[in-house]
Formats: sequence, structure tokens, C-alpha cells
Amino acid sequence: MNPVLSGLLPFLKSKGLGLLAWLAGILFFLPVAWMALTSFHSEADAATNPPSFGAALTLDGYRDFFGVGGGQSPWPSLVNSTVASVASTVCVLLLALPAAYALSIRPVKKWTDVLFFFLSTKMLPVVAGLLPIYLFAKNTHFLDNIWLLVILYTSMNLPIAVWMMQSFLAEVPVAVIEAAQIDGARLPTVLGRVVAPIALPGIAATALICFIFSWNELLFARVLTGVVAETAPVFLTGFITSQGLFLAKVCAASLVISLPVLAAGFAAQDKLVQGLSLGAVK
Amino acid sequence: MTTATTDPAVCATRARTAAATGPSDRLRAWARRGPLLPALVFMIVVTQLPFVATLVISFFDWNALYPKARHFDWFGNYSQVLSDPAMRKSVVSTIVLTVSVVVVSLVIGLGLALLLDRKFRGRGLVRTLLIAPFLIVPVAAALLWKHVLYNPEYGLLNGLLHYVGGPQPDWISHTPLMAVEAALIWQWTPFMMLILLAGLQSRSPELIEAARMDGAGPWQIFRHMTLPHLRRYLELGALLGSIYIVQNFDAVFTLTSGGLGTANLPYTVYQSFYQAHENGLASAAGVLVVIGSIIIATFALRVVSSLFREEVSR
Repeated sequence: MNPVLSGLLPFLKSKGLGLLAWLAGILFFLPVAWMALTSFHSEADAATNPPSFGAALTLDGYRDFFGVGGGQSPWPSLVNSTVASVASTVCVLLLALPAAYALSIRPVKKWTDVLFFFLSTKMLPVVAGLLPIYLFAKNTHFLDNIWLLVILYTSMNLPIAVWMMQSFLAEVPVAVIEAAQIDGARLPTVLGRVVAPIALPGIAATALICFIFSWNELLFARVLTGVVAETAPVFLTGFITSQGLFLAKVCAASLVISLPVLAAGFAAQDKLVQGLSLGAVK
Repeated sequence: MTTATTDPAVCATRARTAAATGPSDRLRAWARRGPLLPALVFMIVVTQLPFVATLVISFFDWNALYPKARHFDWFGNYSQVLSDPAMRKSVVSTIVLTVSVVVVSLVIGLGLALLLDRKFRGRGLVRTLLIAPFLIVPVAAALLWKHVLYNPEYGLLNGLLHYVGGPQPDWISHTPLMAVEAALIWQWTPFMMLILLAGLQSRSPELIEAARMDGAGPWQIFRHMTLPHLRRYLELGALLGSIYIVQNFDAVFTLTSGGLGTANLPYTVYQSFYQAHENGLASAAGVLVVIGSIIIATFALRVVSSLFREEVSR
């Protein structure tokens, strides 16, 4: 056999699948990498065929996006998205923590049925209630109000949070809680000193996942907000129709608006699948 | 998940002891329910009431531009939705879009999960690279595909084809539905991979080692041990993926604005009340989406509950 090939074969056999995994990873990441690279190109370099890989780097796309040279500023929409995502996540935690407590540490009767009721609401599509919510908002002058989105995003994420937190709180051993109670600790002390330290990483991951879903949401935001309460994804829909040479600006916008999600997602990486599968997969 | 707290039997007895008869016991049972009530009431008010309203509106012939002509119309909207060619087409588009995205991303996701289940240098980094598509804001991802990859003149796809002297197709207008599907598959494959990877890693290593000792080859182990074990994770990925993708609005709205035969039901619902002001028709279409979702959801709930029971009884 060819000496090169005979040297290559065992190498491929031991390293081949690893290389294949690397290749797949790079292939999937390529559009993101290309988006990042394009965002640092000038508009002229961004729109060439064949693509200009080594063109000079510039921050013009970002300047354009942030409206330095005129045009709509993205800041109000970024602020709105932050308010909607953070406020709804706080509401979710405030509602889900006691609920999860009543479903795990001191469970009510038929606690699994309640748990599955929460899950079933997640299966109800957004369009199922969109029109009545829109009509309600219109008649009560709640349209274009960011707090309406806060309420809706809370309802969107609450089932996920209840499921995740239930499984995290269930990991706290009963014996530990009972021991603390025998030692005379009151409920707040038990929750703060015994339950919280064990459940905290899970609670943090839940919060990050709720944040991601709220930040990403488009349909509610598109229908229920307009000028004042516009969120970042709605701002992005302004780029749907082509506006001449604007690739670098689109890439800069997409990347900046995705950064919070990328950060939160990588921070919650280990618990991501648990949140996405509504707690079914650990 | 091996603690006694999640044992259903233990929880059941604890729940039962709290729910004995007598007024003070009943009070105690309510004290137990107390922390649950805010979340429960909130969910019922915000998700169930609007759906009931949708159901009621779906029986009315109601165009928001002619509010005086509103009247009860029995199943008029439903027969109109089901006989309207555009609506029927959107039903078909929804099914094609959902099934193709779920199946393809599940198959690729399985391949990736199998690759990532092995030890190799940089495994963590590859996992991170693979998750990235899922962590791009959906509208941003759709914009990326529409303008940066699919653009017929200077998009990356045609740019790369240019190097090999390939054709320069206009992806979105030639194959609109496939363009939407490809973008969605790119975003949803990491989701499937994560679920399947969790499934692979929950296999018992001892059992596989034992099979290997008994002389089972890698294909036999995959066919007779891994695949049966993964079955429920595959089902879960398929069903959750279906639930999310049936509802997809962002990609269709951004890539094609529902044109070129890609309008799915959520987009059609959005369009018929937001642009055409046909409230009754939109509600009827919305109810149809719900019925479709309920069919998928019953299966999904069954799978989740069987995984859940297995988990708590472990």
C-alpha cells in the first residue's frame, strides 16, 4: 500500500470522527462567523461576489446601526427589550418560586396534575389568544405599552419556569429540611439557608432561559407595539426589505441584538436543554 | 435525581396526610395550596380566557372595518377557512414546513449527538460552536439567511458557488419553502442535538461495556441498545420541535413575508386580522391551529409524562 495512505488510515480511524465533528461544528458556525466578519467590513466590501474575505476592517456598520450618521436609533428598542425581558423574568421568578415550592417541598394533592396543567398551557399556540388580547389592548388603550408585553412574556415563560424550578427544588433532600426544622429554624430561615444554596444555580439558569425567550419574541411585540414600546426584534424587522447596500449594517444590528442571547445562552449552557425540553430531560 | 423527594409515593403520602378531614386540616390544605394560587390564577387569566374569547369570535362573521355588520354565523368561518384555497394552502405549507424541518434537524441532530458523545480534543468548543445558531435571535437569523447568505448577487452561498463555477440561483424566489426550511433547520438542529446528547449520556456505561465484552460490534450496540434507549428522546425532540415550529412566525415573516406559497397558519392568522381585519376568520384559523397543536400535544404530554415518571421512580 501507498506509504502515505497506510500512515493516514490509522490516523483517520482514531481521529477521523473527531475531525468530522470539528468540520460539522465549523460548518454550523460559519454563517455566524461570516455575519461577524461582514459586520466589520465596509458596505462596498460586504456586497461583493466572490466574497472579500480579507477586506479592511471598519466599525462603519456599527456606527450606521447606532444611528451616528442619522437614521433611527436602536437604543429605545434595546431599552424596551431589556425592560420587557428583565421585568417579565422577575415576575416569572416571583410567581414560579412559590408555585414550585407547593409542587415539590410541601406538595399539594394531585401535584402532578397541576404540573401538567402548566405544561399544557405552553402547548397552546400564541395565535390562539392573539386577537382577543389585541382587541382588549386596543379598547383599554394598552396598545404600544411595554408592560402589556411584560404580562404576556410572563405567561409565556411561567410554565417552563415552574417545571424547571420544581425539578430543582425537588433535588433538595427532605431530611435536610426536616433536620433544620427540628433544630427550631423557621420557614424563612429554612428557605434562605437550606433550600436557596442548593437550588440557586438552577434558579439562575431558569432566569437566563426566560430572559432569552422574552428577548427573542416577535409576534406579540409586532402586533401589540408600535412606536413607543417597539422591541429589538421589531426594530430588526425594519431590515426585511432591502435598502441598497446595507449588509454590514444588517450584520452589525443582528449581532448586537443577539449578543445578550448568546451571553445568556452560553452562561446557561448546561441547563439549556432542561429548559427547552420543559424539564423533561435532565 | 435520586433523592426521595421526587418519589411519587412519598409525595403522595405527604400530600395525603395534609388533606385529612376537619376544619383545621382543611385550612392547612389551603395553606399548602396558597403559594400555588397566584401562578395558577395568572395562567388561567392570561392564557385560557383569551382562547375562550377566540373560540367565541370564531363563530361570528366580523370584519373590524364593518363593525355594524357583525353577526353570529355558526360554522361559517370554519367552512370558509377550509374551502378557501389560500387558507388550505397555508394548512399544507404548515404541515410540510413542520414535518420537513423536524425530520431533517432530528436526523442531523442525531448524527451530531453521536459525534459529540465520543471523547476528542476540543469537544467542549465544538459543542459551543454547534449551539451558536440556536442562540441567534430568530429574526436576526432569518435576516442573516435572507440578505447575507441567499442574496442572489452577493450572498455567501452564490459567492462560494462562484469559486467552483456553479450556477447563481435566486434561492428565495426559486425555492421559497426550501429557503425557509434550510434557515429553520440550521437553527433547530442544535436543539435536537442537545436533547439527543442528553439521551445518549443517560445510557448506562456498564451495560454497554458488558455488551462489548460479550462481543457486540458498534453497529449492533447502536441498533439494539442505543436506538431503543434514544427512542423516547427522539420522540420528545420531534414533538417539542413540532410544537415550536408549527407556531413559527419569525422566519416566514422575515424571509418571504408569507409570499410565494410559504404562508403558514400563524402567518395567515396574523395577516387576516392585522391586515385584512377579518376577526372572525382569523379566530377560526387560530382555533384550527390549536386543534392541530392539541393533537401533537397529547402525544408530547404522554412522552414527557413517561420520561417524568421514569425520572421520579429512579
